Amino acid sequence: MSKEWPLWEVFIRSQHGLAHKHVGSLHAPDAAMAVNNARDVYTRRNEGVSIWVVKAADIVASSPGDKDALFEPSNSKVYRHPTFFPMPEEVKNL
Amino acid sequence: MDLTQAKFDYLLRQGDNALILSQQLSQLCGKGPALEEDMALTNVALDLLGQTRMWLGYAGELEGQGRDEDRLAYLRDVRAFRNCLLVEQPNGDYAMVMLRQFLFDTWHYFLMRGLSASSDRRIAEIAEKSIKEITYHLRRSGDLVVRLGDGSAVSHDKMQAAVDELWTYSGEMFLYDEVDQAMVTAGIAPAPEPLRAAFLQHVAEVFEEATLRMPSPDAYMQRGGKQGRHGERLGFVLAEMQFLQRAYPDAQW
Repeated sequence: MSKEWPLWEVFIRSQHGLAHKHVGSLHAPDAAMAVNNARDVYTRRNEGVSIWVVKAADIVASSPGDKDALFEPSNSKVYRHPTFFPMPEEVKNL
Repeated sequence: MDLTQAKFDYLLRQGDNALILSQQLSQLCGKGPALEEDMALTNVALDLLGQTRMWLGYAGELEGQGRDEDRLAYLRDVRAFRNCLLVEQPNGDYAMVMLRQFLFDTWHYFLMRGLSASSDRRIAEIAEKSIKEITYHLRRSGDLVVRLGDGSAVSHDKMQAAVDELWTYSGEMFLYDEVDQAMVTAGIAPAPEPLRAAFLQHVAEVFEEATLRMPSPDAYMQRGGKQGRHGERLGFVLAEMQFLQRAYPDAQW
């Protein structure tokens, strides 16, 4: 068994934020301690109202090598981007 | 006993407990076993320092001799300190640090719950303000006692050694003298028996989960800190804490 505590990624929903945002990572022996540690490392200045922690090893990520194949195609197709619609003022958080 | 004098003493006890434990924890700043633990210890130290300011600030006002929280913290000598012996015990290894914290947090939590119903409005307000922080301190130190106690063979042995070492300092808080008794009579502080029962029950639950053997609650308990009779070590803690104000009186940022 590794002597290092596993790495956890921390997501915090701020006072006015709508979604949890990734704020960083930390080490902790288990999930409950990861939440405790996240509170101490990332939320001491009124930043958050909710904390999520996820084991870094459980995150499935796209490979940087796939960047072109995954993200490039739409760039040349201007009709794929919804940039021609005016946003109504009244609609918040769109 | 004069009630104002008793209340002043009682406020010093609360303030000095928080102050000395805060000072001891801040000595570990930068030396925690992991970055996360280091930050947590320092956060607790800062919380306790904030509580110290409220207690000693009130004590100084009540005394009316022009001593503010800083004068009380930095210009009293060791015999005038009223903290319990538990908080002046050396940092030792991490098991000692966490167990001292857990025993203190458990008592602190139930005491503040009692004090939030105090007949003294100001004390009730300080207690209510502190209890949010203390609730978290208690959760955190309890979590760590369980994980170290029920962890590896080595961590279990160290935690059990810390229990056996510190247990004798876990009873002083419930041994009420005339100051404490005057506070109970005036409706300012809670009676010791229910406080002790709640303390022992919580400690027993956490120790059971941590697979730690709990010594007898009726074992001999060290006493004297509340009355100003301290171990020699407190003098060294104060020497470091008070050095600047002693060497450069009234120095300011």
